[in-house]
Amino acid sequence: MILPVLLPFIIAIFIPFLSKWKEKFHTGIVATIVPLIIFIYFASFFAGGFSSVTKSYSWIPSLDMNLVFHLDGLSLLFVLLISGIGTLVGLYSIYYLHTTEKLGHFYVYFLIFMGSMLGVVLSDNVYALYSFWEFTSLSSFLLIGFWNHKHASRYGALKSMLITVFGGLSLLGALVFMHSITGTTSIQQMLGDSEAILNSEFFPLILTLLLLGAFTKSAQFPFHIWLPDAMEAPTPVSAYLHSATMVKAGLYLVARFSPMLSSSEWFFIIVSSFGILTLCWGSYMAVRQTDLKGILAFSTISQLGMIMAMLGFGTKVAVFAAMFHILNHATFKGSLFMVAGIVDHETGTRDIRKLGGLMNYLPMTATLAMFGVFSMAGFPLPFLNGFYSKEMFFLSSLDLSGQGEFASIVASLVPYLAVFGSIFTFVYSMYFFFGTFRGRANLGKLPKKPHEAPVGMLISPAILVLLVVIIGLFPSFINEPFISHAASAVYGGDVSKDIYFWHGFNLPLIMSLTVVAFGTILALTIPRWSTVYNYVPGILSMNKAYDYTVDKSVTFSTKLTRGYMNGSLALYMKLILGAIIIVSFSFFFLTDGFAIDTSQLAPVTTIEIIVAITMAIAALGTIFTNNRIAAILILGVVGYGLAMLFIIYRAPDLALTQLIIETVTVALFLLVFYHLPSLNSRDESRPDQISNWIISIGFGLLVTTVAISSHSSKLFDSISSYFVENSYKLGGGDNIVNVILVDMRGLDTIFEIAVLGIAAMAIYSLIKIKNKKEE
Amino acid sequence: MEIVMSVLAGLLFMTGVYNLLQKQLLRIVIGTALVSHGAHLTILTMGKLKEGAAPVLTDGVENYTDPLPQALILTSIVISFGVTSLLLVLAYRASKINHTDNMEKLRGNDYE
Repeated sequence: MILPVLLPFIIAIFIPFLSKWKEKFHTGIVATIVPLIIFIYFASFFAGGFSSVTKSYSWIPSLDMNLVFHLDGLSLLFVLLISGIGTLVGLYSIYYLHTTEKLGHFYVYFLIFMGSMLGVVLSDNVYALYSFWEFTSLSSFLLIGFWNHKHASRYGALKSMLITVFGGLSLLGALVFMHSITGTTSIQQMLGDSEAILNSEFFPLILTLLLLGAFTKSAQFPFHIWLPDAMEAPTPVSAYLHSATMVKAGLYLVARFSPMLSSSEWFFIIVSSFGILTLCWGSYMAVRQTDLKGILAFSTISQLGMIMAMLGFGTKVAVFAAMFHILNHATFKGSLFMVAGIVDHETGTRDIRKLGGLMNYLPMTATLAMFGVFSMAGFPLPFLNGFYSKEMFFLSSLDLSGQGEFASIVASLVPYLAVFGSIFTFVYSMYFFFGTFRGRANLGKLPKKPHEAPVGMLISPAILVLLVVIIGLFPSFINEPFISHAASAVYGGDVSKDIYFWHGFNLPLIMSLTVVAFGTILALTIPRWSTVYNYVPGILSMNKAYDYTVDKSVTFSTKLTRGYMNGSLALYMKLILGAIIIVSFSFFFLTDGFAIDTSQLAPVTTIEIIVAITMAIAALGTIFTNNRIAAILILGVVGYGLAMLFIIYRAPDLALTQLIIETVTVALFLLVFYHLPSLNSRDESRPDQISNWIISIGFGLLVTTVAISSHSSKLFDSISSYFVENSYKLGGGDNIVNVILVDMRGLDTIFEIAVLGIAAMAIYSLIKIKNKKEE
Repeated sequence: MEIVMSVLAGLLFMTGVYNLLQKQLLRIVIGTALVSHGAHLTILTMGKLKEGAAPVLTDGVENYTDPLPQALILTSIVISFGVTSLLLVLAYRASKINHTDNMEKLRGNDYE
């Protein structure tokens, strides 16, 4: 099972090469074949009854991170959606994207998305799921910004990235919590151990973080704002990522964990109310849009809200309807997006104010749109699948019983809000269809003269519409092998339900008829009441909050960075050293690392003390002298003092080297200082002086502390005895230090010589180059 | 004795860092030299001081001073010589071209 998931990634590597011949061979053909293969592969799981399959591949076993793929009914529904819609969208894109576009880029992102989306719905390992999850955000970012010369594309891409990655990080938090509570990284095992998580004191936090991840991805209110801006992407992308698959990853997540979470009262309250709110807000706002894809974007938001709400209800009917609607929504919304793409392609605009009367020019497209729109509106006709799931939604909304006080309030409000949201769904559906295809055509306003789309572009939406009708006519055709398995996996028990068109004259049907009646009235009178939009979104707009936050954080971080990156090297040094001091000392105190062991100290002798005091005075002298020669000479005193210490501490090689080097250094200083301006007295300001002293004293203290405590504590045995024993045997030399340098660590020494060589060349060229002024 | 040496190393670091934080190039170069002296002394002190003979194999001697810190220090002395001389020449060129040895005035241009 690993091959189908990795296949898109593997093919994506070859896409850039294939796109070299894009004039003769449209790259999209490959992107159509790949999902088709995956679709056929997964469809074959139906043969001979279906039961869930788990396959495991080692990835990082030491961290308990493995690629474990678990295929159950829920995954299968999504996998077939991803590959099926992927095939159709790939086919559609061949006609939509002209070969002058950067096809190589487009299809690489497209395939990366497909692969990672498959990964999301198949992974059983939470960290693999998270990785794939972020990959979908990333590829969505790249696809939205595909036409990156447009400002709106870049804005939309960044917005979706910021919001979904924020959600992704929250999700990671929730997953880490659950991992540490249950001690397993497998989702199935976590679900088996759900008591531990539900009773954990962190449960409220886990629930919040998990739902943040799901809500941002699935564009739930108030995080929905990224989806309308994501419509800047090419239409195949909108149809694929932003209506059929990626935005449903949030639903998948909630569905995947709902066997565990649904027993919590707060899961019901939060998910149901956010879902219902999103349904109402999205459908209400859709009527306000003037861009065809804008209408569809808000429509997607509201439909996602509806499915989310049903997952929140958690009853058998609701879960079944949710799975059913995920499929239905993909069919009718996918076809409508493709219709919007065709209209855009053939007329050159998506502005509904300029469109109208296109039925005579695009009869095929209009027919397809009609089916899609009436299915979306939930019109009670037996050959439209949208009606079935909407009817079940009403049925499930009536069937709620909240356990707690707060939950019962939510439960009692849900049916009214469901009807309200559905009325507006009806209104925007009619608005979309009649605004585009009916009414008076105004060809003068259109950038292009409209004519029917090429057949290739019509195939994909036609297949989707065909599915709408087939599911509508024969719901049990899709029910038994497909939806029941998915619903059972979510509900955690066996869910099977027969789908009928005619339920009898009951409350859900009355609700549907109410929706149609009010919807028709409102749709006919849109101009009369549309002024209401001047009042109600008004300042409530989440976009303003987002823009304000992003704007302020950019300004703030610019200010902050300018504040400390001011070009003063001394300030940088201070910050770095200060950080070292604070971090190291805190570590010392936290780990109780300070220790003085006086048992093994070498004896103190007078001569060492004299040398040490001389060096100390000389070192301090370098600070206080304002005479260049004096400063250089007393630096020499420190160096020669060190050489003496080397002699005392039985390091003859060091002493020799130090003496030579010190002599050369002092000579070099004396050569150069003549060319440098004379030393001024230190003229730093008072605060500067104080902070310099604090930093330098702090650093000195740190070194002293580290030296003493590292001398006093031995964590492991020294490796030095190895060198003492093997110096003669392996290196053939008596001087151990020399053997170490030239023999045992010979490579190190070669590099050291190379460094010196480079330094010498640099010095030579620095002296030799002359700038123009000097010549 | 190790404690005295540790304090001395700390003192070398302190004066070195103080010089590093100054504006004049010559002081900064002196600072780096002091810091490397301090580092050498620290490494030497972290091993044991005066335990046994100098690390040159001699007949009849069993106990030698730890040779490993010495090897490391030897490398470091040479490298720090390279660093100091490069810095000196760099300081010389920088002050020659820019007519100042004040770090606060050597900030690149405004367009960066």
